[in-house]
Amino acid sequence: MGRPLAQIDRVTKRFVKTGPPAIDAVTASIAAGAITGVVGPDGAGKTTLLRLMAGLLAPDEGALTVCGFDSVREIANARPSIAYMPQHFGLYEDLTVIENLHLYADLRSVDESERGGVFERLLDFTNLAQFTKRRAGKLSGGMKQKLGLACALMGAPQLLLLDEPSVGVDPISRRELWRMILELADQGIGVVWSTAYLDEAERCESVILLSEGKPVYHGPPVDFTHKVEGKVALIRNMPGDKRDVLMRAMEAPEILDGVIQGNTIRLVLNNPMAEDQLRSALSLADAEIEKVPPRFEDAFMASLGGGPKKRSPFTARPVHGAAPDEIVIKADALTKKFGDFTAADQITFSIRRGEVFGLIGPNGAGKSTTFKMLCGLLRPTSGHARISGLDFAAAPSKARARLGYMAQKFSLYGDLTVRQNLEFFAGAYGLSGKRKTAALDQAITTFNFAPYLEAQAARLPLGYKQRLALSCAVLHDPDVLFLDEPTSGVDPRTRREFWTHINAMARRGVTIMVTTHFLDEAEYCDRIALIFRGRVIAEGLPDELKTRSRREGADAPTLEQAFITLVREFDEREAI
Amino acid sequence: MKLFPSFNHSARRRMTGLIRKETVQVIRDPSNILVAVILPLILLFLFGYGVTFDPRYFNIGLVVEQATPETGSFESALVNSPYFRIEKGHDRRELEDALVAGDIKAVVVLPAKFAAVAYRGDTAPIQVIVDGGDPNTAELVSAYIERLWANWLTQESISRGQSLQPVLVNLEPRVWFNPEISSRNYLVPGSVAIILMLIGALLTALVVAREWERGTMEALLATPIGVAELLIGKLAPYFALGMISMTISVATAVFVFGVPFRGSFLVLTLLSALFMLAALGQGLLISTITRNQLLAGQLSVMSAFLPAFYFSNFVFEIGSMPLALRLVSYVIPAKYYISSLQSLFLAGNIPSVLIPDALGIAMIAGIFFILTALATRRRLD
Repeated sequence: MGRPLAQIDRVTKRFVKTGPPAIDAVTASIAAGAITGVVGPDGAGKTTLLRLMAGLLAPDEGALTVCGFDSVREIANARPSIAYMPQHFGLYEDLTVIENLHLYADLRSVDESERGGVFERLLDFTNLAQFTKRRAGKLSGGMKQKLGLACALMGAPQLLLLDEPSVGVDPISRRELWRMILELADQGIGVVWSTAYLDEAERCESVILLSEGKPVYHGPPVDFTHKVEGKVALIRNMPGDKRDVLMRAMEAPEILDGVIQGNTIRLVLNNPMAEDQLRSALSLADAEIEKVPPRFEDAFMASLGGGPKKRSPFTARPVHGAAPDEIVIKADALTKKFGDFTAADQITFSIRRGEVFGLIGPNGAGKSTTFKMLCGLLRPTSGHARISGLDFAAAPSKARARLGYMAQKFSLYGDLTVRQNLEFFAGAYGLSGKRKTAALDQAITTFNFAPYLEAQAARLPLGYKQRLALSCAVLHDPDVLFLDEPTSGVDPRTRREFWTHINAMARRGVTIMVTTHFLDEAEYCDRIALIFRGRVIAEGLPDELKTRSRREGADAPTLEQAFITLVREFDEREAI
Repeated sequence: MKLFPSFNHSARRRMTGLIRKETVQVIRDPSNILVAVILPLILLFLFGYGVTFDPRYFNIGLVVEQATPETGSFESALVNSPYFRIEKGHDRRELEDALVAGDIKAVVVLPAKFAAVAYRGDTAPIQVIVDGGDPNTAELVSAYIERLWANWLTQESISRGQSLQPVLVNLEPRVWFNPEISSRNYLVPGSVAIILMLIGALLTALVVAREWERGTMEALLATPIGVAELLIGKLAPYFALGMISMTISVATAVFVFGVPFRGSFLVLTLLSALFMLAALGQGLLISTITRNQLLAGQLSVMSAFLPAFYFSNFVFEIGSMPLALRLVSYVIPAKYYISSLQSLFLAGNIPSVLIPDALGIAMIAGIFFILTALATRRRLD
């Protein structure tokens, strides 16, 4: 660890006079030659902290020193040494790669005579040399981030601030980004990397973990994870349904947190316990229980007080469908062409009743196109989409009435109240009279909306927004539910609560399809299909895909590593 | 931070880099060409052909209750007038429907006793019923008929060899600068000013807001760029584009509409450059404050086009407005520019008009830029 490049001293920043501050008394230091992770869910204050360091915001309380200068009064002196890459692509989409580089060379005072060498080095470093004439808007998500990085590195900065650089980037490009950043840290640059992905925290030398603006932890991630050492266990080969087991496990007082991970259940315990003790506590005599090394997320959940202990009210609702093996959703050689671009190519899969199926792939791989064809929002060029045997082409409204849809992020009407949102969606799904009243009452009691009924949806706490979105999608009690990136970027506690509802619905026979680029979310699914360049390149249980890509002598791969291997294999097959 | 730092080598390079970037963006975005070239042509043709204050002819009805040589004489005076097309009837009820339907604008009734009272001048010998639904037209029609009636009376008295009233003043109007009194010669230069105001404000209204919306401003602000560099970098390409619009508009006015141009083109270019800076400055200020393209676009149309239209002597006489509105007109750059354009087109280089106008425009432009520079934050909060 070198000398600190930035010193954050009890900094507080408010955007609204009343209510909690966006950044609440954060103290931290950023070292040169190392990667510091600013980690936390959406809305935790990551972007605000980075903007404070970039001198784009002034702290209300406390002080910030960046590269030896005060971040407010002397920022002009510090600016040449700071590079900042905002969360949204900060470059000009209508300019080519080389034009963007020239602009930043001008802005950062790189001499004409030096440019040849500098550009060559940066283009080589980011693998963009062959795309110099391409407009930035036509680059893939990963290439955009690399170009952003190349522009940020212009003029040899000492401090590199990267705001969520891995969002919208496929796993392969993400791995490349990390390789580049590690190299830069080796050269002595201080890198600040903000992220909502908790697995990325483990790769940083130091992390600043934020939750609702407050610093939860600052220091090396290993020390944080160490706090739950010996308290994390994995249950394998359990009898019966894994969702049942998880639900009962969460009710046990010994258990702090639990999630589904492929075919296993990962538990965080209140106190270290022997495997046998745990087996009897959970009355799982036959299950295989193994202690595993903790992850950053386990420690984060422990510091937040654990996962939701309450059963989802959906557990008590009546069960859909009798035949458990009935095929509910069927994609049959679905193909969609836009001009000569094939967005989806012969996509085929089927989903059984009560199954949670994940459609996984990077942005732009064809997930949304497939999803829209399945919902009947897009007419396939060829192939068929069937919901419970109904073809969308033949009976669109009948098929749609069976289907609930929760769009990406928060897509309700923020300026309407909770009640108005519920009433609107009840109307949109064709509910009226007694059925409507019953559906609304049920939604209100299920999710405890009563105290929030007259509150504007935009002002709800994040967890409640998520609940409202879900309850609007299931007002008409559909037996098929489509979820588009339901919990990416959401804090782990809210995500767990959300998934208790999804799990409860799956247990009562609702068939659920999830699209996501977020591989942690994929672990919660029963089966997943990997979509890449418009094709399904692999399909199966998450554990199967991991095993399939396992290399001899190597550890069990994560789903992300499996994904990278499967994409590489696909590329090799294509090349032949 | 200094508003206008000394322009050293790096500052100059940052500025040229921005100008180059902005120029490439202007060229690649066809909507700029639409605003700068197509929009002025459309508006100019609309104003040039569509709006006129010149007299036109009206359809009126004429009821002659009892035909006599006198009614015949008056009737031929009406028919021979270029301002009227006559529809004849014997009873006013015959023409009432046409008046209600708006087919005719007025009905002139010559009563049975017309011949008897025509020259006496004590009671009204003719009745004029005017459609008041369109007061402007009604006013014009009744004025024309009154004038015609007075003329006819004079003619009649002269032909009868009797002097009705001695003529004390003989009015012989002589019109300077626009001898044909063609309203087009007056309207086209005025509309050039309004069009350039709209285009100038619209061109820059979107540019800063676009950077905020696309998130590029945040990246730009994190670089060592200064406020003056940023503003000049943004302004330069749009200034060039605005001057192209100006050239197109003036050329159209002179060569298509045949409006005479009596001043010097150099003076015109200098004044227009100042005016363009004021218009661009207004757009830039709006863009900087709103940070939202849709809002900035709407605001710039409202705040550039409407005041330029109302408070510039273009259509509405400022002199006849209440004091409060007259004061408002002093901060409308189009007021000064229209006055200059009208003298340059119709009168020539008149320093006593052009110099105060130029000073007025320059002051307003300066205020816009100072406000924009103050509103440009080097920070996000």
